[in-house]
Amino acid sequence: MIIEILGTGCAKCKKTKGNIEKVLKENGKEAEVVKVEDFETILNYGVMVTPAVVVDGEVKIAGKVPDEKEIRKWIA
Amino acid sequence: MVDIFYPFQWIADKLTYELFGINPETHLAASVNFIIYDVLKIFFLLSVMIFAISYIRTYITPEKTRRILGGKKGLRYHLMASLIGTVSPFCSCSSVPLFIGFVEAGVPLGVTFSFLITSPLVNEAAVAVLWATLGFKATAIYVVSGIVLGTLGGYLIGLLKLEKYVEDFVYKIKVGQAASGTENLSVKERTLTAFEGVKEIVGKVWIYVIIGVSIGGIFHGYAPEGILAKYAGEDNLLAVPIAVILGVPLYSNVMGMIPVVESLIGKGLPIGTSLAFLMSVTAVSFPEMIILKKVLKNELIVIFVTIVAASIIFTGYLFNILL
Repeated sequence: MIIEILGTGCAKCKKTKGNIEKVLKENGKEAEVVKVEDFETILNYGVMVTPAVVVDGEVKIAGKVPDEKEIRKWIA
Repeated sequence: MVDIFYPFQWIADKLTYELFGINPETHLAASVNFIIYDVLKIFFLLSVMIFAISYIRTYITPEKTRRILGGKKGLRYHLMASLIGTVSPFCSCSSVPLFIGFVEAGVPLGVTFSFLITSPLVNEAAVAVLWATLGFKATAIYVVSGIVLGTLGGYLIGLLKLEKYVEDFVYKIKVGQAASGTENLSVKERTLTAFEGVKEIVGKVWIYVIIGVSIGGIFHGYAPEGILAKYAGEDNLLAVPIAVILGVPLYSNVMGMIPVVESLIGKGLPIGTSLAFLMSVTAVSFPEMIILKKVLKNELIVIFVTIVAASIIFTGYLFNILL
């Protein structure tokens, strides 16, 4: 599973990354977590408000930090 | 008119004079009372306002906005962009993707700028704190000026035909189909989103509010009456430009600056100068310029900042004369 975090390094993106890594660890799941800061890639996904999370090529959330419940749904 | 904030004043009085037993005649009492009253009122209005705007925001997605504004020219579309800017989030980290998204959808550069100017300038958190501290009238003036400033500033940028100062790569980016919209949410989901908005923003700004109110409270209690009227009053023509320049480096602290400004107004700082200062704090910020530099050439950034700063100074003078 590849989880991409789209955003240009603001505090919310760091929080998103932290939340995702925490949930992965708690559930014993393995995933490649990548930060994407390149505007072209971000916009190619149709994302205009960051942070956004893309799981295996599908945009799951945009414009807010996902909570742990949401993340658990994506990685299940 | 019934003062809906009366209960907060009542609590502040009870706490200061009875629970803490501070003599009402002292500087300390004035400061403590000011701090308690302001904190209660600010957090009340912040929660209500953020909830309301976050709820409305679930209907106004960037995808919808660029669809509405794509290919539209004319002053009324600048006004529309500016109005949409008032209910859009104010995180500067999204400015670039939004900018590219708008340009790609064929939203004219000037209309895009109307949105970009108003979006940070009129945001729900600043409006709530303004309302709690400076009252409804000053807040209404701030909001209307902000919308007019975004409308006309963007219109002017549109007239100047500055498209060549946008980095070339912007025109080449293709924006994909957005996958997660909030357009089809239920009332319950919208309410939840709005609650999260309150939690997120209050969680972020509360510390600035407390610091700002404390500084304001100390100033309110201890600074001599009319001290600012003497040095930065309406006859000092340099006061407005100086206030605007001072505001630029203070970008992220507007929630803290507002209660300080409230106490400065109490000591005679004219309202136009005060509003110009706060507008400069919110509208022109270094981090946003650095982020926008990725998509705009220097010439356009300079023109953008000049237009916004000049308009804010004009607004400051205008309200110093009118009020």
